[in-house]
Amino acid sequence: MSTKEIVARCEQLFEDLDFSAVKQWKAAAPGRKAIGYMPIYVPREIVHAAGMLPVGVFGGGDQLEVIQGDAYYQSYICRIPRSTLELGLTGRLDCLDGMLFPSICDVIRNLSGMWQILFKDKYVKYFDLPQTYDDATGGSFYVHEMQTLRADLARLAGREITDDQLRASIAVYNDNRRAVRELYAYRAKKPWQAPTSEVYLLLRAGCVLPVEEHTRLVRQYLAQADLEKRAQRDNARVVLTGAFCEQPPLGLIKSIEMAGCYVVDDDFQLVQSYLLEDVSAAGDPLEALSRAFLHHSAQTSSKYDEKKEDKGKFLLHQVKTRGAEGVVFAAPSFCDPALLERPMLQEVLAKHKIPYTAFKYAENTGQMAPIREQAGTFADSIKLWSAA
Amino acid sequence: MNTAAAKKAVVKDDAMNLQKEMIAENYHQLARAHQEGKKISATFVPGNLNELLMCFDFVRRLPETDALQNGMRKKSGKMIMDAERDGHSEDVCTYVKSDLGMMLQGEVGPTGEAMPHPDVLLLSYTGCFTFMKWFELVRQKYGCETLMLHVPYQGDGRINPAMRDYVVNQLKDKIIPALERISGVKFDIDRLRSYMRESQKAEEDLVRVLQSAKQRPSPIDGYFGGVYYIGPIFTAFRGTPEATRFYATLRAEIEERVRQGKGPVTPEGEMAEEKYRLVVEGPPNWTSFRDFWKMFYDEGAVVVASTYAKVGGVYDFGFRHDAERPLESLAEYCLGCYTNLNFPQRIDMICKYIDEYQADGLLINSIKSCNSFSAGQLLILREVEKRTGKPAAFIESDLVDPRYFSAANIKNRLESYFQMIKQKRAAAVH
Ligand code: SF4
Ligand code: SF4
Repeated sequence: MSTKEIVARCEQLFEDLDFSAVKQWKAAAPGRKAIGYMPIYVPREIVHAAGMLPVGVFGGGDQLEVIQGDAYYQSYICRIPRSTLELGLTGRLDCLDGMLFPSICDVIRNLSGMWQILFKDKYVKYFDLPQTYDDATGGSFYVHEMQTLRADLARLAGREITDDQLRASIAVYNDNRRAVRELYAYRAKKPWQAPTSEVYLLLRAGCVLPVEEHTRLVRQYLAQADLEKRAQRDNARVVLTGAFCEQPPLGLIKSIEMAGCYVVDDDFQLVQSYLLEDVSAAGDPLEALSRAFLHHSAQTSSKYDEKKEDKGKFLLHQVKTRGAEGVVFAAPSFCDPALLERPMLQEVLAKHKIPYTAFKYAENTGQMAPIREQAGTFADSIKLWSAA
Repeated sequence: MNTAAAKKAVVKDDAMNLQKEMIAENYHQLARAHQEGKKISATFVPGNLNELLMCFDFVRRLPETDALQNGMRKKSGKMIMDAERDGHSEDVCTYVKSDLGMMLQGEVGPTGEAMPHPDVLLLSYTGCFTFMKWFELVRQKYGCETLMLHVPYQGDGRINPAMRDYVVNQLKDKIIPALERISGVKFDIDRLRSYMRESQKAEEDLVRVLQSAKQRPSPIDGYFGGVYYIGPIFTAFRGTPEATRFYATLRAEIEERVRQGKGPVTPEGEMAEEKYRLVVEGPPNWTSFRDFWKMFYDEGAVVVASTYAKVGGVYDFGFRHDAERPLESLAEYCLGCYTNLNFPQRIDMICKYIDEYQADGLLINSIKSCNSFSAGQLLILREVEKRTGKPAAFIESDLVDPRYFSAANIKNRLESYFQMIKQKRAAAVH
């Protein structure tokens, strides 16, 4: 497959709000089950070890007409819970046998209870992630939380989930994480060869494809992308941050690129890159997952920073290691975690003399012109600044 | 004062006056704390560990109380705008911005007295994600040491032993040693026990007061009046002898009102006739608190039970601080606060109130700032209507941002709601 064909396939998966790929996967063998998860992070290894398909649910994008979902939310709540409800209430998520709601914010938290009420026949779990990071306290709690998920899924699957199966799944996901890391590294090196609008679609394909297939697809893309030489432009290299939950429309990502920015790092699909190193596939698998989360995971706004000095470290690291010249803060409107975090990160960037710009979006933002203009001005100013 | 103004003079019962004095005295102590060599703690109302903080001689600040006091004194609007000018988004919780705005204006608290920076921020992370960002923001600006106490959410509608152990372990291994270090005071579990015994007495009396609203007429308003009743126990006073005295006085006062068959005291005197009995979900608006309340008592509407009166502890379903199991009990307290309950639990609780307090229906005051309360409230409305057959209504405002209180809209909405209740009653009779 050429990059064009790979991207076309990913785009088709991305646009398919009926989750046909999930349905096909389930239909391929009797008794198969799929479990949805919302942003930011769940240990998908446990779902995988249960023989089930983990499915990322990131709202309805800009193609879904939200009617019923709007009836549940006031105007000052972000879009993702309403479009997710719309997907559920219109039967598009019927293919999911359960939903996981990780602890990210009060909106997703409350949505977990709404799901319990509205979809009584489905398995629903609020998945609490620890905010204290020592193994003895945060770790024990987290292992227990994962153990509960494991027991619940074992009941659903009608079979035990063994340690060996978990270790095998960890290995499979390590491989996927490596592929995603390679993809990010490649894009940072040659952003003209792997535009973010393509990388993004490739990542989104990971929401619905079996992980093994997704890993292959990422590697195929990487091999292919390097063969097809594309024009290099004098764009500004930026890290995009704040878009970890409700996703911007694809058009917005394209607009930023067209305005003269190469996005060299981002937090769109953190679940795939949250764990920064390989998880040990030896020893107790849940403890290994716990250690990875506690000691080797990305910083993001819904996760507590233990010390003042830690604030912004990860973002600075992204800027430095990717060779970025500036940061674009892109946050969904009414997103408390992203918007409360922003001034703190901006202060850190200002201290390090790293330029930034900021805007808000909604998953159904239609008007790209203002954002394109803002991103364009930002790119120009970076270029001027670096020329000076 | 002319006669009209005299008539409008605010009427308050003894307990209300007493609580006002207590809160003023706390601000006084805060203002003097550093000069007197005392340390200051700040912590949030839900899951506040007041008894524990007292063991280390901290003078205790509760930033939500500061924000609401600034709101009631009409100072919060400017503070919020200052914070927005300083780079904070218009979309986020106004309690946070009011607090940050207050600090930007200098170290002056709501009463006009000095408001020194806390020496420790005890981040009781219960029932609201914004709390974490709030204290991170304060820490970023002022460098205060911050202690995270992560309290898991009751996603399955119950507290399991792992959740409780997690909180207890954090208290033992992290929070208590850090508080000892910061305060220089050694932890004494018997001291904690003695405070918890005081808490229990006050909690017992508070529950009797809140449940007095099951009477007809209700001797209290469990939302607007309730705010005064919960003030001391939800803040710096739970566990003190003053709080015990306050709740004993309050209970005696209310029991006397019940004996006399009296209705609630409002700022304009005793309410004449109880026409509507409501359950309210969501916090009140503080910037127009008095006007908001008036819209109810003018129409003869009494709030017999409110979920807001449970944010600092759900005592009416049996929880009491237990001196025999001090740390476990503190953990259960944190885990059990209203906003830490899941949706089915919140709905059950409201339906129970409607039934047990013989309410005419549910009113939701949806607060723009507060995703913890507000996200999904329209489902609560539908479910409660479906389950109880009682009418429900929805209004929107904000806590301390005066830009989001539209008196005319809210009044209209309330008037049509009262009409709706009347019609429902008439239909039930025929
Ligand atoms: S977009 Fe922000 S506020 Fe909305 S659900 Fe996601 S994290 Fe929560
Ligand atoms: S979001 Fe709600 S609970 Fe949280 S700080 Fe703001 S008002 Fe309080």
